[in-house]
Amino acid sequence: MPNDHIVTSYDKELENLRSSIARMGGLAETQIAGAVDALFKRSAERAEQVVEADKALDDLEIAIERDAISILARRQPMASDLREIVSALKMSSVLERIGDYSKNIAKRVTAINESDNFRIVRTVGDMAHLVQKMLKDVLDAYIDQDAVKAMDVWERDAPVDELYNSLFRELLTYMMEDARSITPCTHLLFAAKNVERMGDHVTNLAEIVFYLVNGEILEDTRPKGDRTSFTVLRPNED
Amino acid sequence: MTDTSRTTSYLQSEEAARRVKKRYAAEKRFRFYGLAMISIGLIFLAILFYTIISAGLLGFQSSQIKVQVPLTAENLGIEPGASREDIEAISGFKLTKLARASLHTYLGLADGDRDARARSDGLLSNGVDTQLRDLILDDPAIIGSTVDVWLMAHGNVDPFLKRQISRDLPEERRLLNDQQLGWLDRLAADDRAALKFNTNLFKMGASADPELAGVAVGLIGSFFMMVLVVVIALPIGVGAAIYLEEFAPKNKLTDLVEVNINNLAAVPSIVFGILGLAIFINLLEMPRSAPVVGGLVLSLMTLPTVIIATRSALRAVPPSIKQAALGVGASKMQAIFHHVLPLAMPGILTGLIIGLAHALGETAPLIMIGMVAAVFDIPGGPLDPATALPVQIYMWAGLPERGFVALTSAAIMILLAFLLTMNATAVILRKRFERRW
Amino acid sequence: MDTRQSSLAERHAVADGQPQVKFVTRGVHVYYGEKEAIKGVSLDILNNEVTALIGPSGCGKSTYLRCLNRMNDTVDSARVTGSILLDGTDIYDKKVDVVQLRARVGMVFQKPNPFPKSIYENVAYGPKIHGLATKKADLDAIVETSLKKAGLWNEVSDRLETQGTALSGGQQQRLCIARAIAVSPEVILMDEPCSALDPIATARVEELIDELRENYAIVIVTHSMQQAARVSQKTAFFHLGDIVEHGKTEQIFTNPREERTRDYITGRFG
Repeated sequence: MPNDHIVTSYDKELENLRSSIARMGGLAETQIAGAVDALFKRSAERAEQVVEADKALDDLEIAIERDAISILARRQPMASDLREIVSALKMSSVLERIGDYSKNIAKRVTAINESDNFRIVRTVGDMAHLVQKMLKDVLDAYIDQDAVKAMDVWERDAPVDELYNSLFRELLTYMMEDARSITPCTHLLFAAKNVERMGDHVTNLAEIVFYLVNGEILEDTRPKGDRTSFTVLRPNED
Repeated sequence: MTDTSRTTSYLQSEEAARRVKKRYAAEKRFRFYGLAMISIGLIFLAILFYTIISAGLLGFQSSQIKVQVPLTAENLGIEPGASREDIEAISGFKLTKLARASLHTYLGLADGDRDARARSDGLLSNGVDTQLRDLILDDPAIIGSTVDVWLMAHGNVDPFLKRQISRDLPEERRLLNDQQLGWLDRLAADDRAALKFNTNLFKMGASADPELAGVAVGLIGSFFMMVLVVVIALPIGVGAAIYLEEFAPKNKLTDLVEVNINNLAAVPSIVFGILGLAIFINLLEMPRSAPVVGGLVLSLMTLPTVIIATRSALRAVPPSIKQAALGVGASKMQAIFHHVLPLAMPGILTGLIIGLAHALGETAPLIMIGMVAAVFDIPGGPLDPATALPVQIYMWAGLPERGFVALTSAAIMILLAFLLTMNATAVILRKRFERRW
Repeated sequence: MDTRQSSLAERHAVADGQPQVKFVTRGVHVYYGEKEAIKGVSLDILNNEVTALIGPSGCGKSTYLRCLNRMNDTVDSARVTGSILLDGTDIYDKKVDVVQLRARVGMVFQKPNPFPKSIYENVAYGPKIHGLATKKADLDAIVETSLKKAGLWNEVSDRLETQGTALSGGQQQRLCIARAIAVSPEVILMDEPCSALDPIATARVEELIDELRENYAIVIVTHSMQQAARVSQKTAFFHLGDIVEHGKTEQIFTNPREERTRDYITGRFG
């Protein structure tokens, strides 16, 4: 913020809130990386760590909510301050959701590990990498109050969806070829779906950042790349 | 942090405690000074009141001698059943002679003892004829009977009955000789010489004899003048103040007027007297010694006070009231007359009281316009010659007779009573205004 | 901004069949002697709306408010230029009578200032001097409806003869509002009407302002941004004798366009 409030403790509270969000974002990033890492390394231990670490995200979300409500009640924030508080509230809950998805992926690691010779499809890793980068960028946009950067992230969800579409088809094919792969494939599909959802949430974050900076709610609807709801594969067609 | 702790430790130190003690001591000293000053003021006031009242109380009493007067038609030289005009026409000489003869009879003085008779005549006032005539006029039926009546004693008798003059003085320096004192003692022992309430003080005008002098003329003159001041100075003063405060454009001329009004309030009152003499008497040929001229002069003198008091009273009314009135669409005049003026009224009345009190006590300008003349007749209206209470006091204070000393103090007491009545009226009026609004 | 407002006004006009812009002010300057207190303010005030004027002390918002019913006339050194049209008539025109104008544009002041008279007299004063009621019964009716509109009737109906100054602060202020509406004005100007009131009394007055909006155009000067946000539909931010920004209250308080506005309403001025 360019100049400071007359009441300095107000500035400090807002600063705390902002750094809490940044911390939450960092944690969420780590969680995505950790979950995917556990998936590829087939490490139950690593997965366990990720599940454990989600608790910190939940705690942070509650702390942010409490602080935000307290500022709302005591300071009656206006204009940019009001948007800051509202954004913090929304972002914390989105980041918490992202953390939940990572936890969900980590939980599936054990089930996937049951099938020894199942090869984890690389695409999931690519997707996760993209989403992680998007998350990092949107957090940077938040810290820099950069709406352009946020909009850039907003548009980058399409490749993630594309990857998810191709993964979906790929996994369906595997399952048709080998019935034993159905269990790990289903789990992997859910993991991939989680990553795709995370991408959607990151675009939500981008929208929140846009509102925070510009004060206007982004009303245009983002083109949805996830077409799997309509995808049908017929075995006899191949 | 270190600063705060240093301050804290200083505040608990002995030096700080000493300073605090010193501050309290200074306050105590100041309170003592205040109390002392008030006490001194009260003591002076008490001395003033004691002197005036102790001397003045005697003025409310007069020495009288009871004499049996045979009011036969023959003695009075009139027919029985005579008309008022006849009674009024009885010569004062005859009545005086009758009263004196009655005293001769009482004292058993022989016809031929001229010296003794003359000395006995000195016991009675020169005003006994009026007293007797009034007695007959009040009740003509007493003609033909012998009445036992209290008559005014001579001014020379008064100090002896009041024990103001010691009898030990050598005879040649006394106002009464041994024989006269003997008679007086005889009368007193017989309950025929005593101090009675001095009704003349309130009934009579100027007189060279203290027992016959009164403040009536001054009292009435002062009353007329006060009425005139209220009637003239209040409306003009309030009107001028409202115009200056609310309507007058703020320019050099208004400033000049303002400065002059403030200066006028400080002009010595005698200047107003000269002004009155020049304008009202010499130019407009108004009667001299008349309360109407005095009232006009005193009004001029009071005007600046009333204007200044009214202006500050108007200024003391919260502007929000005027704004509220203007806000609902009252015109400026409506706002002032409906709302501001009634709220300023108590303040205006206070100013008026101060002005009136000032005017009531004023002597110098009245002397200038001739109100210092000895007026014997009670004035019937503001155009008749009169005097004023303070002028009367001033005149009496300069007279040598012993009786006037007491009269002066008595008149001061009457003046104070007049002032208190006037102030009380104004205070009651003010209270009523405050209650109404 | 202007085009947006006029189009809004047209929309209203179509809806109700009567002109909805009450005051059109253009290029209003106010000088106190040599000092320029307002430097060319242009603002429209619409019917059935509360317009809040906010800004730091000495920004000219009260001065502007006082132009609208020519209260500035009472200050000798004040000089007003520019055009202030009430229903299309310039109120500073020589033909406009200021007394009549103030009956049409009522005013409520910062400090509750009831006359030191009875409650009844307070409300009846305006109608009396304007000759709105000749019979006692008519006057009684006006007093009653005004007090009812001001939400004070239930509290004082049994003691109309008591002094207006004996009421509580909040009641006094509502009495002043009743006094203002007794002359059936078209616009009500309020100069920080709640600054001397406690929060409960403030809430009552705010509720009253919201109800009065149905029948009047209301302009309120306030130092409390929360109050401006609560009661107004339009907000204008004054700074150094100028309007920095004006628009819908919602927009001003969530997304002000000007940095100075934002700094002021978020408490960053310095």
